[in-house]
Amino acid sequence: MNITRLFTAHRRPLLVGFLILLMAFVFTFPLYGGAYPTRVLTTMLMYTVLAVSWVMFSGTTGYMSLAPAAFFGIGIYSTALLQHYLPFPVIIIVGGLISFALAVLLGLVTLRLKGIYFTIFSFGLVVFIGNTVNYVEADIFGRHGWYFDALDRATLLYAMLGLAVVTVLAAYFISRSRLGLAMQSIGGNEEAAEHMGVNTTRIKVLTFAISAIFMGAAGVILAPSLSYSNPSIAFSVTYSFIPIVAAVFGGMGQLHGPVIGALVFGFLEKTLRAQLLTYFMLGFGIIMVVVILFLPNGLVGLASMLRDRLGGVISKVRNGSDGEQHANT
Amino acid sequence: MRILECQGVTKFFGGLAAVSNVDFHVDQGEIVGLIGPNGAGKTTLFNLVAGTFPLSSGEIKFKGRKLSGLKPHRICQMGIARTFQETKVFANMPVLQNVLVGAFFGTPTHVSGAAAAREATQSLEFVGLSAMGATPISDLTLANQKRVEVARALATKPELLLLDELMAGLTPTEVGEAMELVTRIRDKGITVVMVEHVMKAIMGVSGRVMVLHHGEKLAEGTCNEISCNKTVIDVYLGKESNAGS
Amino acid sequence: MAEVERLLGLSMIGILAGGVYGLLAVGLSLQIGVCRVLNITHGEFLMLGGVLTFTLAGLGINPLLAPVIIGPLLFGIGFLLQATLFKRIKVRAPSPAAFEGNALLAAFGVMYIISYLARLRFGTRALPSQYLTEGVPFVGINLAVNLIVGFAIAAAVGIAVYLFLTRSRLGRAIRATAEDQPTAELMGVNTNTVLALCFGLGALLAGIAGTLISMRTPVTTAMGFNNTVIALIVVTLGGLGSVPGSFIAGIIIGVASMLVAGLWESVLIVPVYYAMLMVLLLARPTGIFGKK
Repeated sequence: MNITRLFTAHRRPLLVGFLILLMAFVFTFPLYGGAYPTRVLTTMLMYTVLAVSWVMFSGTTGYMSLAPAAFFGIGIYSTALLQHYLPFPVIIIVGGLISFALAVLLGLVTLRLKGIYFTIFSFGLVVFIGNTVNYVEADIFGRHGWYFDALDRATLLYAMLGLAVVTVLAAYFISRSRLGLAMQSIGGNEEAAEHMGVNTTRIKVLTFAISAIFMGAAGVILAPSLSYSNPSIAFSVTYSFIPIVAAVFGGMGQLHGPVIGALVFGFLEKTLRAQLLTYFMLGFGIIMVVVILFLPNGLVGLASMLRDRLGGVISKVRNGSDGEQHANT
Repeated sequence: MRILECQGVTKFFGGLAAVSNVDFHVDQGEIVGLIGPNGAGKTTLFNLVAGTFPLSSGEIKFKGRKLSGLKPHRICQMGIARTFQETKVFANMPVLQNVLVGAFFGTPTHVSGAAAAREATQSLEFVGLSAMGATPISDLTLANQKRVEVARALATKPELLLLDELMAGLTPTEVGEAMELVTRIRDKGITVVMVEHVMKAIMGVSGRVMVLHHGEKLAEGTCNEISCNKTVIDVYLGKESNAGS
Repeated sequence: MAEVERLLGLSMIGILAGGVYGLLAVGLSLQIGVCRVLNITHGEFLMLGGVLTFTLAGLGINPLLAPVIIGPLLFGIGFLLQATLFKRIKVRAPSPAAFEGNALLAAFGVMYIISYLARLRFGTRALPSQYLTEGVPFVGINLAVNLIVGFAIAAAVGIAVYLFLTRSRLGRAIRATAEDQPTAELMGVNTNTVLALCFGLGALLAGIAGTLISMRTPVTTAMGFNNTVIALIVVTLGGLGSVPGSFIAGIIIGVASMLVAGLWESVLIVPVYYAMLMVLLLARPTGIFGKK
């Protein structure tokens, strides 16, 4: 699978239409959906934010980050610590900024080295941050775990929707921008990019940090719906794994790939009871392996491939000859 | 004017000296050929000039300014561009985007989208590929991919262009076209240093030639001087003169 | 003085425990260095080693003998993983960078597969697998026999691996493949087999490490992840491709963990590792003994 394919949504009307439909659906949902379905939808949107922001960096530059869970957990803890002191919108920003700062620090140390070190660091980062928070929480604050003030379900849903829209739009505009071009050049051939004037370290750190903002913000918004959290709940590698499987499954070459994957997997993760969840985590693992092996471009790529094939078949039948038209995607 | 000066340039990898105490200079407007057997250190020398890795010892100056410690992107923005022996195009982009990268980032000052697009289009035209802008680069032949590399390098508005085995794998016709391209580049005012194994191309286009062998400078001079140089012939040219490419 | 004694004692435990970490890291180093796969599943093989040791002990098989059965089994799984999964990914990848990325993602998936399969079979509770827990007095504290035996076995296996890699023909083939696979292939090395062998060997070493650790602490099906993190840290610290480096780094990590746990808080162990790693990477990106 070529994971560094051009990351542009070249079907602009489709994207805009999809977003509008999504927003309309979600806006009205709390009116007819119950409490639990609303939470499910919020979770689905959360995974969308995580998946899209993961692809923003790892999908374009090719540097595999396993860190989303770490930034997500920081977001949860931002809410835990600040919920009594700051209004919710401000906490969202603060959580995003702390994640940004941490990502910059991590990036500066590891992104100037070979990609393998970055990946290694990002892998254990969730344990690193989680343990540090655990220590600070237990030894300095003398407590274990936090309870969250309940926030109106609809508010949380709208906040997550807003974040999801912002994330998708950010990913879209970045991919069309100078920064996006630089990122893709790094993914294409980092050495060549560096020699064509791209400050690869700076671009990598910046992009990684930007993606971390959204991950942190997602954690902030999800937190109140958890009602309780402690370090092992907040910092769980599953919050890295599910978005990544979702992105890979959906297809990383297009913007709607991670979105679709995240909605599907987020739904599954939230709606399955604990017993079945074990089987489905197992299933996610199998899906990951199968997709890497056989569906190089994920579901979206499969759809394109089918469309090409069908298009070819149909025009063959039409023309009745071997003039096969290549269906453009 | 000496646009590039190398003094005592040495690079060790572990215990092995890939480049050893090389002195040479390039004057503005020249086309200088760099030849030598495989493993002689030619690409390593290019890498040292372009900043891919640091010198072990010695000094490289570009327009009088020392290059040591500068990162490749800075060196590119200062005016040195290069192509690569194993073609390093951005396989995940169409042709125009490849060149756009150079246009956007290769200059020290900020470039507007429109200006970069103009520059990239002109670059593609210059190498004769303007029809292929939207084509995915992996669909191109090797020869054309190399041209895109050249266009990309030219889009960075260099004063010095390092071409690494531009002609490798090309048919004789394509070699002729490439030679003509190099001459046109020089006519634009860009100084060229080219590593080549295709003798016909080097001799046909270069003003001066330097020969490297085992990382050391073996000889330097005009094409005639080099082709008559006994040491060079013994070491290198003798095998090559009948080869052709 | 009592404090110094305690620190010495803790350090000794750290050294002994670190030997096992070193062995674990050697296995991972082989997989990363030769197969170019960042095998984040490595800890799961350690977990399997530990859990299977416990299971076999329940059937009356001495934990020290368990590797005889578990070893080949895990070797086989590792061998197959490389020969089927990672080889296919390599073949289909458009570039080495794409391969490494895809292999990593696939390993992520395999990690979940192994971990949750084990969870389905063995549950999530801690399994009392300890063995040889009698203590030997040393400078004011008791050293468990399982620590000493664990270190001895880890060291012995480590030396064997080192000799194998440096002295044997197959070892040379492995090093050639790690250096430059296409050239090695041209020189007659069956690199596909070499890669599968290395991956299997890595899994085997992880399994042995699992057995040794199971003698010290209870095992759980969730223990894989944290041990993968440790293995990655040790490999980075010690430098890829160096067996002595892995062991020395393992010992450093072992000592660090005991000192942090003893003087400070055990939750801070991993943060301290990370701090050490960050400092090291800033100064010496190739690790203590690293080559590339």
